Amino acid sequence: MTEIRALYTLILREIKRFLRDRARIVISFVQPLLWLVVFAAGFGARIAIPGIEYQQYLFPGIIGQTLLFTSMFMGVSVIWDKEFGFMKEVLVAPVSRFTIFLGKMFGDSTAAMLQGVIVFAFGFILGIPFDPLTLFAALPIMLLITFGLVSLGLIIASFIGSLENFGAVQTFVNLPLFFLSGALFPITGAGTPEWLRTAAMFNPLTYGIDALRSVILGSAWVPMNSLAVDIAVVGLFDLAMIVVGTWAFSRMGKK
Amino acid sequence: MPYAIQTHHLTKAYNSFKAVDDLEIAVERGEIFGLLGPNGAGKTTTVSMLCTILKPSSGTATVSGFDLVREANKVRRSIGIVFQDPSIDDRLTARENLYMHANLYGVAASEQRERVDRILKLVELEDRADDLLRTYSGGMRRRLELGRGLLHYPKILFLDEPTVGLDPQTRDHIWKYIKELKEAHDITVVLTTHYMDEADRLSDRIAIMDHGRIVILDTPEKLKANLEGDVVTVRANNLEELSHLVSKWLGLNKTKVVDGALEITVPSAKAAMPRIMEIASQNNVYVESLVSRGPNLEDVFLHYTGRTIREDTTKELHGLAAAHRRTIR
Repeated sequence: MTEIRALYTLILREIKRFLRDRARIVISFVQPLLWLVVFAAGFGARIAIPGIEYQQYLFPGIIGQTLLFTSMFMGVSVIWDKEFGFMKEVLVAPVSRFTIFLGKMFGDSTAAMLQGVIVFAFGFILGIPFDPLTLFAALPIMLLITFGLVSLGLIIASFIGSLENFGAVQTFVNLPLFFLSGALFPITGAGTPEWLRTAAMFNPLTYGIDALRSVILGSAWVPMNSLAVDIAVVGLFDLAMIVVGTWAFSRMGKK
Repeated sequence: MPYAIQTHHLTKAYNSFKAVDDLEIAVERGEIFGLLGPNGAGKTTTVSMLCTILKPSSGTATVSGFDLVREANKVRRSIGIVFQDPSIDDRLTARENLYMHANLYGVAASEQRERVDRILKLVELEDRADDLLRTYSGGMRRRLELGRGLLHYPKILFLDEPTVGLDPQTRDHIWKYIKELKEAHDITVVLTTHYMDEADRLSDRIAIMDHGRIVILDTPEKLKANLEGDVVTVRANNLEELSHLVSKWLGLNKTKVVDGALEITVPSAKAAMPRIMEIASQNNVYVESLVSRGPNLEDVFLHYTGRTIREDTTKELHGLAAAHRRTIR
């Protein structure tokens, strides 16, 4: 019971902090719009994907990309908490490290999800052809993607001391995950280099985006894996990250 | 009666450097225990270990009867901590910070409201309770942190340099609180400080710490009394000559020049002052002023460590920088 109340209060804090940071919310709207409008227009004119328009193809990919970038960025909250000292208040509390990690993870995931949903709304406004009701099928998948990626961001942040280093490491992790996920271009099919396809197979985001395409594009999309396989891979990734995250939070401060 | 805190060979080593070296202390229940020493003496490291933030390299301790390592969660539940550096969330309000603390420490939901209101009243922040902490001054934040440390009724309260960088008025205020809190809540307080006056004003007993070890431990009164010495401060036209003459009379190491005045340590100022005047006039040294005082903790510290606590000016600047951060945030 105590652990549950602690979990609740930690989640609430992350959400409050996020909602009070208006500037960050507004700025985060811009990037997906650029991808969906500018990039889709230019790149789409040069690329042909059988059966669907490029913008339509790109849309689930950009949801994945937004989840990836915002989730990973959420790790910054750990750096802030370390820098501004609040982390100490949490670490000396009589609360298990598992709860502390979950509190941060669920709280930050909620914030990241909010941005994913906003991209969904953009898709609708831009007139990208998809059934808006697929949002309900997409939400659980988005949540699964977010949990693992937020955890990864938190884990990285728990090892890093400064904001500058966190930014550098983030780019180092984000871009390969993004480019090797099939978000921008198909990673299967004739002509795709074997090494690229192989590398993408080790990327959990590949499975997440494939699942998103399955539910959003419906029969127009030929999935790489069945929905069950996609969800299983992402779910296993989440579990692994939560285990590693709890361990990472346990060692924080105890030098 | 068991002690509030008892350490056994408590040690924290970083490679070959021992930040805390084989510490043996026993803190009585209900006392204010002062850990006094220059920055870098190992005070914060000691407190960090006792608060379960740092793992001891060797040795152990019991805090409120619980083993530091094996029963860390029970230790955490029984202590309150005010860290040297700020540890509040400045994007939340004072009230939100307190509720969060109550939830983290498992304070029953039915009691939370009353306790939060009481604490806000105690630290006189009721009027600003719903303002974001980033709009608070350094002193107000400090007061909130003090209050927060008490919210879950801890048995032991750790205060790590509670007044670093605060203005004299606020420091006075906070000292008053600490005394009142201790009386009202019947708790044990462990206070670390590098301010002599703070240790003197607040502590029931003081442990002087240097290089990770306890140099001496006693009540402030006894520490001062044990020195058996008053300090006579003389301003004169020829300090060097006077210093030389007095040394011949009293022996070496009894005099030193501080801020253009000669400080002479004597067994009794009453008896020594006429003699000093006599020596001066016999040797044509013109005395401008002669002032005496009883020993203070600064003398105690000097006596036991061989240096003054203020020699560490760079570290002092460090503290100021921390205070600066606290104020802007």
